[in-house]
Amino acid sequence: MSDVLDQAPHGDKSGVKPDTSTELAIEARGLVKRFGDTLAVRGVDITVPRGAIYGILGPNGAGKTTTLRMILGIIDPDEGVRRIFGEDRPQRIARRIGYLPEERGLYPAMKATDAIAFMGSLRGLPRAEGRRRGAELMEQYGLGHAVDKKIKELSKGMAQTVQLLGTLVHKPDLVILDEPFSGLDAINQGKLEGLIRQLAEDGTTVIFSTHVIHHAERLCSDVAIIAGGKVPYAGSVEVARDRLPPQVRLETKNDDGPWRSALPASATRDGAAWVFELPESGIEPLLRSLIEGNAGIRSLSIERAGLHDAFVTIAGEAAAQAMQSDEPAQEVSA
Amino acid sequence: MSRSARLSLWQAALVIARRDFTAIVFSKVFLLFLIGPLFFLAISAGGGYVGAMAADSADDPQLGIALPAEATAAILDAQERLDPLVGMPEVAAVDPADAQDPRALLQAEDSNLFAVLSGTLDEPLLTGPKDDIERWSGETALLVGAARGTTIPEADIAIDTTDTGIINQRTAQDATARAGIVMLFLLTMLLAGMVLSNLVEEKGNKIIEILAAAIPMDAVFVGKLFAMLGVSLVGLVVWGSVGGAIVFLGASALPVIPPPAVGWPLFFALFVIYFAMAYLLIGSVFLTVGSMAPTVRDVQTISLPATILQLLIFFLANFAVGQTGSWIEVAAAIFPLSSPYMMLARAAKEGVLWWHLAALAWQVLWVAIFVKIGATLFKRTVLKSGTAGREKGAGRKGLLAMLRLTTNQS
Repeated sequence: MSDVLDQAPHGDKSGVKPDTSTELAIEARGLVKRFGDTLAVRGVDITVPRGAIYGILGPNGAGKTTTLRMILGIIDPDEGVRRIFGEDRPQRIARRIGYLPEERGLYPAMKATDAIAFMGSLRGLPRAEGRRRGAELMEQYGLGHAVDKKIKELSKGMAQTVQLLGTLVHKPDLVILDEPFSGLDAINQGKLEGLIRQLAEDGTTVIFSTHVIHHAERLCSDVAIIAGGKVPYAGSVEVARDRLPPQVRLETKNDDGPWRSALPASATRDGAAWVFELPESGIEPLLRSLIEGNAGIRSLSIERAGLHDAFVTIAGEAAAQAMQSDEPAQEVSA
Repeated sequence: MSRSARLSLWQAALVIARRDFTAIVFSKVFLLFLIGPLFFLAISAGGGYVGAMAADSADDPQLGIALPAEATAAILDAQERLDPLVGMPEVAAVDPADAQDPRALLQAEDSNLFAVLSGTLDEPLLTGPKDDIERWSGETALLVGAARGTTIPEADIAIDTTDTGIINQRTAQDATARAGIVMLFLLTMLLAGMVLSNLVEEKGNKIIEILAAAIPMDAVFVGKLFAMLGVSLVGLVVWGSVGGAIVFLGASALPVIPPPAVGWPLFFALFVIYFAMAYLLIGSVFLTVGSMAPTVRDVQTISLPATILQLLIFFLANFAVGQTGSWIEVAAAIFPLSSPYMMLARAAKEGVLWWHLAALAWQVLWVAIFVKIGATLFKRTVLKSGTAGREKGAGRKGLLAMLRLTTNQS
C-alpha cells in the first residue's frame, strides 16, 4: 500500500509482536441477533483466514452490517461466539482493528488531518504521530491540497477517502470495511480496489461487505454469501464457482440438421448462440456429434460459471435481483 | 500499554473530552456561552425581585423597646396611633431582663431587631447599625415624643451605632444564597442543554459507530460530560477574572456586601465545587436522555421531563432556602439533585464546614451512581437509535430500560 503505512514492519508497530497463536483472523460461530420481534441474523458462521481478502456478499437488509457489528463487538450477539485473533472480546484488541462503517461520519468543522489523527487516537495512536501520518497519507492519495481544509469543505468522495485513511492510519492488522464502494465514482472505486489489494499484500486481513458482486469477484479469495440473516455459503470463491457446471456457448452456420439431436434438452437460445451446461461426458463426444451432424461450427466456448451465477444458485433469484436493484430482498431462498 | 490492548476507560474518555473541549472552546457558540452571564444578570434581577417578595412575606425587622414597663406600653400605644398616619417601624417589647445590653440583643441569633431603644423615656438611647439609625431616628423621636405626651418631638435621643446588625447580615447572606442558587441553576441548565446538543450533533454526524467500535461507550459518556465541565470552568475563570478585575479597580466605589458565613474565598470555592456536582448530576440525566432520542427532533420531546425536573429542583431549592432549619430544607439538602443548591445556600448562611465535607462525599457518591447508570443506559441505547440503528421505538424502549435498571438497582 502506501509508503507511510509500510514504514514500520507490518504487524509490529510498537515493538510488541503480534499474536500468532491462531491462523484465523476471525472466527464466528452461530451468531444470532434479534431486534425486538425481528430476527436480523439467524446463526451466522464465518471463518476468515489471516491475510485474506474476504467478502461478505448480500443484498441490503440481509444482515451484513449487523454481522459485522457483532464481530467487532459494537453490539453483542444474542447467541453464538466470535473471536478476532483468538480474542472473544474484540474491543480488547481495538488497536489492531480498523473499521469503516457503512454510515460515513466525520466532524464537519475538523481539519482533514485532525480527523485522521482523531481516528488514530481512538485506537491509541499519539495525536502528533497521527497528524504526521495523516498528512503523508493524504499526500499519497492525491489529497495533499486538502490537508488543512475542513471536512465540510471537501467533496463527498474526498471526505470518504479521508475517513478511509483514518481507518488505516494506526496500521491495523485487520481492516473491516462496511460497503466501502458505495458512494464512490468509478475512478475512486478502482483506487480503493488497488488499496485493498495492497493491504492484503502487506499482510493485512481485509473484510468488506458489498452488494456488488463484481467487487467481491475481482478482489476476494473467500466470500460469505448472506441472505435473510443466514449464510448459505461461506468459503472460497473458486469453490463457489465450481458448484455450477461450466456453460457451453455454441454458434453454428446451419440452423437445423442432424446435429441438433446432439444438443442437451436444456439448451437455450441466447441470440444467435445456443447455451447449455457442459455434459458430464465432456466436450469431445459433443464436438464429434456436432461435426458429424454437419452443424458448421462457427464458434464454441466453454465458460466457467461466475460468482453471480453461483450467488443466484446459492442465495436465490430474489436475493440476486435485490442485489442488483439495491432493494431489500422480499423473498430469499437459501 | 500493549499494542493489542485498547485504550483504558479514562484514556479513551480523555480523547473524547479533548476533542469536544477543543471543538467547543474554539467555536463561535462559545462566545455565546461567555456572554451568558449577562443574561444571568438580567434574570438574576428578576430573581432578586422574587426573592424580595419572598423576603417581604417573612417577619419584618422590628425596633426593640427595652424601656421600663410603663414607658414601653406608652411607646407601643404611640406606635399603634401613629403608624396609620405616618408609617412607623414595627416595634417589639423586649424582656426587661435582657434590656441591660442592647448590643447583645442585636447580635442574638434569634434576633429580629434592627435597633433597640433603651434607657428611659426622659433619657432614651437608640442602639443599632448606622444605616438603620439614620433611616429610623426621626420616626423613633416621634414615637418617644408621642409617648411623653408632647406633640413636637424633641431630638434628645442618644445614639449608639454598632457594626452591621445581625438582620442586615442575615438579609445579605440570604440574598447571596438565593443569587448562588440562581447562578447555579442557570449555569447547569445552559450546560445540560449544550451537552445534549453536542451529543445530538454527534449522532447526526454518524460518528457514534466509529467511537463505539474503538472505545468503550462509557468513555464516550464520561468524556462528553467532563469536556463540558471543562468548558464551563473556562467560562468561570474568564468571568471570575472579569469580576476580580472590577472589584480590584473599583473597590472603593462598590457597596460593601456583608460576607457569606464561610467567607468569600471559601464561598467561591464551594460555588465551583457545587456547580461541578450539580452539573455532573443533571448532565448525566440529559446525556442519557439524549442517547435515547432517535432523531434531533425527538430530543426536544424526550428531554422535556428532564428540563421539568431541573426546574422543579430549582423551585424546591429557592423555596427551601427561606425555610432555615425546616424539614424541607433538610430534605432538599439530602436529595441528590437539589443538594448542591441547598449546600451552597447553607455556605452563605451557616459557617459550619463539616456539613460541606459530608455533603460533598454524599454528592460524589451520587455522581458516581448517576454516571454509572447513565453510561450503562447510554451504551445500551445510543446505537439502537438514530441513523446507526434502525430499531423503531428505541427512545421509548430506552426509557423503559432506564426504569427497569433503576428498579433493579434500588
